[in-house]
Amino acid sequence: MANHDAHSDAGHGSVKSYVIGFVLSIILTAIPFGLVMFPSLSKAATLWLVLIFAVVQIVVHLVYFLHLDRSPAQRNNVTALCFAALVIVLLVGLSLWIMFSIHTAMMAH
Amino acid sequence: MSNLVMNADGHGHDHGHDEHHDSGGTTVFGFWLYLMTDCVLFASIFAAYAVLANNYAGGPSGHDIFELPYVLGETAFLLLSSITYGFAMLALFKGKKSQVLGWLFITFLFGLGFIVMEVNEFHKLISEGFGPQRSGFLSGFFTLIGTHGLHVTSGLIWMAIMMYQVWKKGLTPTNTTRLSCLSLFWHFLDVVWICVFTVVYLMGTL
Repeated sequence: MANHDAHSDAGHGSVKSYVIGFVLSIILTAIPFGLVMFPSLSKAATLWLVLIFAVVQIVVHLVYFLHLDRSPAQRNNVTALCFAALVIVLLVGLSLWIMFSIHTAMMAH
Repeated sequence: MSNLVMNADGHGHDHGHDEHHDSGGTTVFGFWLYLMTDCVLFASIFAAYAVLANNYAGGPSGHDIFELPYVLGETAFLLLSSITYGFAMLALFKGKKSQVLGWLFITFLFGLGFIVMEVNEFHKLISEGFGPQRSGFLSGFFTLIGTHGLHVTSGLIWMAIMMYQVWKKGLTPTNTTRLSCLSLFWHFLDVVWICVFTVVYLMGTL
Protein backbone atom coordinates (compact mmCIF):
# COMPACT_ATOMS: atom_id res chain seq x y z
CA MET A 1 0.00 0.00 0.00
CA ALA A 2 2.86 2.37 0.84
CA ASN A 3 4.33 1.61 -2.57
CA HIS A 4 0.99 2.47 -4.09
CA ASP A 5 0.94 5.86 -2.39
CA ALA A 6 4.47 6.69 -3.48
CA HIS A 7 3.54 6.25 -7.10
CA SER A 8 0.06 7.69 -7.05
CA ASP A 9 1.32 11.25 -7.40
CA ALA A 10 3.22 10.52 -10.58
CA GLY A 11 0.64 8.55 -12.55
CA HIS A 12 -2.69 9.72 -11.14
CA GLY A 13 -2.19 13.39 -10.41
CA SER A 14 -2.76 15.14 -7.11
CA VAL A 15 -5.34 17.50 -5.65
CA LYS A 16 -3.10 20.33 -6.82
CA SER A 17 -2.90 19.15 -10.45
CA TYR A 18 -6.68 18.59 -10.62
CA VAL A 19 -7.37 22.04 -9.18
CA ILE A 20 -4.89 23.66 -11.62
CA GLY A 21 -6.60 21.85 -14.53
CA PHE A 22 -10.03 22.88 -13.23
CA VAL A 23 -9.15 26.57 -12.82
CA LEU A 24 -7.45 26.69 -16.25
CA SER A 25 -10.53 25.04 -17.80
CA ILE A 26 -12.86 27.61 -16.22
CA ILE A 27 -10.76 30.45 -17.63
CA LEU A 28 -10.44 28.79 -21.05
CA THR A 29 -14.24 28.26 -21.14
CA ALA A 30 -15.29 31.67 -19.80
CA ILE A 31 -13.21 33.69 -22.30
CA PRO A 32 -14.59 32.15 -25.54
CA PHE A 33 -18.18 32.25 -24.19
CA GLY A 34 -17.64 35.90 -23.23
CA LEU A 35 -16.24 36.71 -26.68
CA VAL A 36 -19.34 35.27 -28.38
CA MET A 37 -21.97 36.51 -25.87
CA PHE A 38 -20.59 40.05 -25.77
CA PRO A 39 -19.18 40.56 -29.29
CA SER A 40 -16.38 43.09 -29.30
CA LEU A 41 -14.03 41.77 -31.99
CA SER A 42 -14.53 41.06 -35.67
CA LYS A 43 -16.23 37.77 -36.58
CA ALA A 44 -13.05 36.25 -38.04
CA ALA A 45 -10.93 37.21 -35.02
CA THR A 46 -13.55 35.80 -32.61
CA LEU A 47 -13.72 32.57 -34.62
CA TRP A 48 -9.97 32.03 -34.51
CA LEU A 49 -9.73 32.91 -30.82
CA VAL A 50 -12.59 30.51 -29.94
CA LEU A 51 -10.85 27.71 -31.86
CA ILE A 52 -7.47 28.43 -30.23
CA PHE A 53 -9.02 28.45 -26.74
CA ALA A 54 -10.68 25.08 -27.50
CA VAL A 55 -7.38 23.50 -28.58
CA VAL A 56 -5.58 24.86 -25.50
CA GLN A 57 -8.33 23.58 -23.21
CA ILE A 58 -8.17 20.13 -24.83
CA VAL A 59 -4.43 20.05 -24.09
CA VAL A 60 -5.11 21.15 -20.49
CA HIS A 61 -7.60 18.29 -20.07
CA LEU A 62 -5.19 15.75 -21.59
CA VAL A 63 -2.39 16.83 -19.26
CA TYR A 64 -4.19 17.54 -15.98
CA PHE A 65 -7.19 15.15 -16.12
CA LEU A 66 -6.01 12.31 -18.38
CA HIS A 67 -2.41 12.60 -17.12
CA LEU A 68 -0.71 12.25 -20.48
CA ASP A 69 2.94 13.28 -20.45
CA ARG A 70 6.26 12.35 -22.04
CA SER A 71 7.14 9.65 -19.50
CA PRO A 72 7.91 6.15 -20.85
CA ALA A 73 4.82 4.81 -19.05
CA GLN A 74 2.62 7.04 -21.19
CA ARG A 75 4.37 6.46 -24.52
CA ASN A 76 1.84 3.94 -25.88
CA ASN A 77 -1.11 6.12 -24.86
CA VAL A 78 0.39 9.19 -26.48
CA THR A 79 1.26 7.27 -29.66
CA ALA A 80 -2.32 6.00 -29.93
CA LEU A 81 -3.62 9.52 -29.36
CA CYS A 82 -1.35 11.00 -32.05
CA PHE A 83 -2.52 8.36 -34.52
CA ALA A 84 -6.17 9.08 -33.64
CA ALA A 85 -5.49 12.81 -34.09
CA LEU A 86 -4.05 12.12 -37.56
CA VAL A 87 -7.14 10.05 -38.50
CA ILE A 88 -9.44 12.80 -37.20
CA VAL A 89 -7.63 15.53 -39.15
CA LEU A 90 -7.78 13.47 -42.35
CA LEU A 91 -11.39 12.40 -41.80
CA VAL A 92 -12.80 15.83 -40.95
CA GLY A 93 -10.45 17.86 -43.15
CA LEU A 94 -10.84 15.79 -46.31
CA SER A 95 -14.63 15.37 -45.85
CA LEU A 96 -15.09 19.11 -45.59
CA TRP A 97 -12.73 19.74 -48.52
CA ILE A 98 -14.69 17.34 -50.73
CA MET A 99 -18.13 18.51 -49.64
CA PHE A 100 -17.39 22.21 -49.99
CA SER A 101 -15.72 21.63 -53.37
CA ILE A 102 -18.91 19.88 -54.48
CA HIS A 103 -20.94 22.77 -53.09
CA THR A 104 -18.87 25.31 -55.05
CA ALA A 105 -19.07 23.17 -58.21
CA MET A 106 -22.86 22.93 -57.88
CA MET A 107 -23.16 26.69 -57.43
CA ALA A 108 -21.19 27.26 -60.63
CA HIS A 109 -23.84 25.47 -62.70
CA MET B 1 -1.32 4.18 -15.94
CA SER B 2 1.64 4.03 -13.56
CA ASN B 3 1.77 0.26 -13.81
CA LEU B 4 4.88 0.23 -15.95
CA VAL B 5 6.66 2.29 -13.33
CA MET B 6 5.48 -0.06 -10.63
CA ASN B 7 6.72 -3.11 -12.50
CA ALA B 8 10.11 -1.55 -13.18
CA ASP B 9 11.01 -1.37 -9.49
CA GLY B 10 8.61 -4.06 -8.30
CA HIS B 11 11.17 -6.90 -7.91
CA GLY B 12 10.39 -7.20 -4.23
CA HIS B 13 6.79 -8.14 -4.94
CA ASP B 14 5.56 -11.68 -5.35
CA HIS B 15 4.68 -12.89 -8.80
CA GLY B 16 0.91 -12.88 -8.52
CA HIS B 17 0.98 -9.23 -7.53
CA ASP B 18 3.05 -8.24 -10.54
CA GLU B 19 0.96 -10.26 -12.92
CA HIS B 20 -2.19 -8.71 -11.64
CA HIS B 21 -0.96 -5.15 -12.18
CA ASP B 22 0.26 -6.07 -15.60
CA SER B 23 -3.15 -7.28 -16.72
CA GLY B 24 -4.81 -4.21 -15.14
CA GLY B 25 -2.50 -1.95 -17.12
CA THR B 26 -3.24 -3.84 -20.33
CA THR B 27 -6.96 -3.50 -19.70
CA VAL B 28 -6.68 0.25 -19.16
CA PHE B 29 -4.52 0.60 -22.28
CA GLY B 30 -7.05 -1.45 -24.26
CA PHE B 31 -9.79 0.84 -23.02
CA TRP B 32 -7.72 3.85 -24.10
CA LEU B 33 -7.51 2.33 -27.60
CA TYR B 34 -11.31 1.93 -27.60
CA LEU B 35 -11.62 5.61 -26.70
CA MET B 36 -9.41 6.49 -29.67
CA THR B 37 -11.81 4.63 -31.96
CA ASP B 38 -14.64 6.51 -30.26
CA CYS B 39 -12.80 9.70 -31.25
CA VAL B 40 -13.12 8.57 -34.87
CA LEU B 41 -16.87 8.03 -34.39
CA PHE B 42 -17.25 11.56 -33.04
CA ALA B 43 -15.00 12.94 -35.80
CA SER B 44 -17.32 11.42 -38.43
CA ILE B 45 -20.39 12.94 -36.78
CA PHE B 46 -18.63 16.31 -36.45
CA ALA B 47 -17.77 16.17 -40.17
CA ALA B 48 -21.41 15.37 -41.01
CA TYR B 49 -22.58 18.22 -38.79
CA ALA B 50 -20.12 20.67 -40.36
CA VAL B 51 -21.35 19.74 -43.84
CA LEU B 52 -25.03 20.11 -42.85
CA ALA B 53 -24.63 23.11 -40.53
CA ASN B 54 -25.84 25.67 -43.09
CA ASN B 55 -28.76 23.68 -44.49
CA TYR B 56 -31.58 25.41 -42.58
CA ALA B 57 -34.36 24.55 -45.10
CA GLY B 58 -36.20 27.68 -43.99
CA GLY B 59 -36.02 26.54 -40.35
CA PRO B 60 -34.14 28.14 -37.49
CA SER B 61 -30.38 28.71 -37.46
CA GLY B 62 -28.12 28.18 -34.45
CA HIS B 63 -28.37 31.89 -33.77
CA ASP B 64 -32.15 31.56 -33.30
CA ILE B 65 -32.27 28.52 -30.98
CA PHE B 66 -29.04 28.43 -28.94
CA GLU B 67 -29.04 29.95 -25.47
CA LEU B 68 -25.41 30.37 -24.47
CA PRO B 69 -25.99 30.97 -20.72
CA TYR B 70 -27.85 27.62 -20.64
CA VAL B 71 -24.98 25.89 -22.47
CA LEU B 72 -22.55 27.49 -20.04
CA GLY B 73 -24.55 25.84 -17.23
CA GLU B 74 -24.28 22.43 -18.91
CA THR B 75 -20.55 22.98 -19.40
CA ALA B 76 -20.16 23.87 -15.72
CA PHE B 77 -21.90 20.65 -14.65
CA LEU B 78 -19.65 18.53 -16.84
CA LEU B 79 -16.46 20.32 -15.78
CA LEU B 80 -17.38 20.04 -12.08
CA SER B 81 -18.08 16.33 -12.57
CA SER B 82 -14.62 15.94 -14.11
CA ILE B 83 -12.80 17.34 -11.08
CA THR B 84 -14.98 15.42 -8.59
CA TYR B 85 -14.23 12.18 -10.47
CA GLY B 86 -10.55 13.12 -10.19
CA PHE B 87 -10.99 13.40 -6.41
CA ALA B 88 -12.67 9.96 -6.40
CA MET B 89 -9.57 8.55 -8.13
CA LEU B 90 -7.27 10.24 -5.59
CA ALA B 91 -9.33 8.73 -2.75
CA LEU B 92 -9.15 5.36 -4.53
CA PHE B 93 -5.36 5.37 -4.57
CA LYS B 94 -5.33 6.34 -0.89
CA GLY B 95 -7.58 3.33 -0.23
CA LYS B 96 -10.43 5.37 1.30
CA LYS B 97 -13.60 3.56 0.33
CA SER B 98 -16.20 5.91 1.82
CA GLN B 99 -14.53 8.93 0.18
CA VAL B 100 -14.52 7.12 -3.18
CA LEU B 101 -18.24 6.44 -2.82
CA GLY B 102 -18.93 10.04 -1.77
CA TRP B 103 -17.05 11.60 -4.71
CA LEU B 104 -18.57 9.11 -7.17
CA PHE B 105 -22.02 10.05 -5.91
CA ILE B 106 -21.32 13.80 -6.32
CA THR B 107 -19.93 13.11 -9.81
CA PHE B 108 -23.07 11.14 -10.62
CA LEU B 109 -25.30 14.05 -9.53
CA PHE B 110 -23.35 16.56 -11.68
CA GLY B 111 -23.50 14.19 -14.66
CA LEU B 112 -27.22 13.68 -14.08
CA GLY B 113 -27.69 17.47 -13.93
CA PHE B 114 -26.00 17.73 -17.33
CA ILE B 115 -28.26 15.07 -18.87
CA VAL B 116 -31.42 16.59 -17.37
CA MET B 117 -30.48 19.99 -18.85
CA GLU B 118 -29.78 18.40 -22.24
CA VAL B 119 -33.04 16.42 -22.30
CA ASN B 120 -34.87 19.59 -21.33
CA GLU B 121 -33.21 21.46 -24.22
CA PHE B 122 -34.18 18.69 -26.65
CA HIS B 123 -37.74 18.64 -25.32
CA LYS B 124 -38.08 22.40 -25.73
CA LEU B 125 -36.76 22.33 -29.32
CA ILE B 126 -38.96 19.43 -30.38
CA SER B 127 -42.09 20.91 -28.79
CA GLU B 128 -41.45 24.14 -30.72
CA GLY B 129 -41.40 22.08 -33.94
CA PHE B 130 -37.60 22.18 -34.29
CA GLY B 131 -37.03 18.41 -34.13
CA PRO B 132 -34.35 16.52 -36.07
CA GLN B 133 -36.67 16.16 -39.09
CA ARG B 134 -37.01 19.95 -39.52
CA SER B 135 -33.75 20.59 -41.41
CA GLY B 136 -30.33 19.16 -42.21
CA PHE B 137 -28.81 21.44 -39.61
CA LEU B 138 -31.15 20.12 -36.90
CA SER B 139 -30.57 16.48 -37.94
CA GLY B 140 -26.83 17.00 -37.56
CA PHE B 141 -27.34 18.87 -34.28
CA PHE B 142 -29.52 16.18 -32.69
CA THR B 143 -27.23 13.36 -33.89
CA LEU B 144 -24.09 14.99 -32.52
CA ILE B 145 -25.47 16.21 -29.19
CA GLY B 146 -27.53 13.02 -28.82
CA THR B 147 -24.52 10.75 -29.35
CA HIS B 148 -22.56 12.67 -26.73
CA GLY B 149 -25.57 12.55 -24.39
CA LEU B 150 -25.91 8.79 -24.85
CA HIS B 151 -22.23 8.40 -23.96
CA VAL B 152 -22.71 10.44 -20.79
CA THR B 153 -25.81 8.36 -19.95
CA SER B 154 -23.86 5.10 -20.32
CA GLY B 155 -21.14 6.65 -18.16
CA LEU B 156 -23.77 7.36 -15.49
CA ILE B 157 -25.10 3.79 -15.61
CA TRP B 158 -21.53 2.49 -15.37
CA MET B 159 -20.89 4.83 -12.44
CA ALA B 160 -24.00 3.60 -10.59
CA ILE B 161 -22.83 0.00 -11.10
CA MET B 162 -19.34 0.89 -9.83
CA MET B 163 -20.79 2.55 -6.71
CA TYR B 164 -22.68 -0.68 -5.99
CA GLN B 165 -19.59 -2.83 -6.61
CA VAL B 166 -17.31 -0.65 -4.48
CA TRP B 167 -19.93 -0.60 -1.72
CA LYS B 168 -20.33 -4.40 -1.85
CA LYS B 169 -16.78 -5.60 -2.55
CA GLY B 170 -14.58 -2.68 -1.61
CA LEU B 171 -11.55 -1.29 -3.46
CA THR B 172 -10.43 -4.57 -5.01
CA PRO B 173 -7.84 -4.64 -7.84
CA THR B 174 -10.64 -5.42 -10.32
CA ASN B 175 -12.66 -2.43 -9.16
CA THR B 176 -9.55 -0.25 -9.31
CA THR B 177 -9.03 -1.22 -12.96
CA ARG B 178 -12.70 -0.59 -13.76
CA LEU B 179 -12.69 2.80 -12.03
CA SER B 180 -9.52 3.72 -13.97
CA CYS B 181 -11.28 2.90 -17.26
CA LEU B 182 -14.36 4.89 -16.23
CA SER B 183 -12.05 7.78 -15.31
CA LEU B 184 -10.64 7.83 -18.85
CA PHE B 185 -14.17 7.56 -20.28
CA TRP B 186 -15.52 10.41 -18.16
CA HIS B 187 -12.65 12.83 -18.82
CA PHE B 188 -12.74 11.89 -22.52
CA LEU B 189 -16.42 12.91 -22.70
CA ASP B 190 -15.50 16.27 -21.23
CA VAL B 191 -12.89 16.71 -24.00
CA VAL B 192 -15.55 15.87 -26.63
CA TRP B 193 -17.86 18.42 -24.99
CA ILE B 194 -15.21 21.15 -25.48
CA CYS B 195 -15.38 20.42 -29.22
CA VAL B 196 -19.19 20.39 -29.08
CA PHE B 197 -19.66 23.74 -27.38
CA THR B 198 -16.98 25.32 -29.57
CA VAL B 199 -18.09 23.98 -32.96
CA VAL B 200 -21.86 23.78 -32.42
CA TYR B 201 -22.85 26.42 -29.89
CA LEU B 202 -20.17 29.12 -30.10
CA MET B 203 -19.50 28.95 -33.85
CA GLY B 204 -23.24 28.47 -34.47
CA THR B 205 -24.10 31.63 -32.55
CA LEU B 206 -21.35 33.75 -34.13
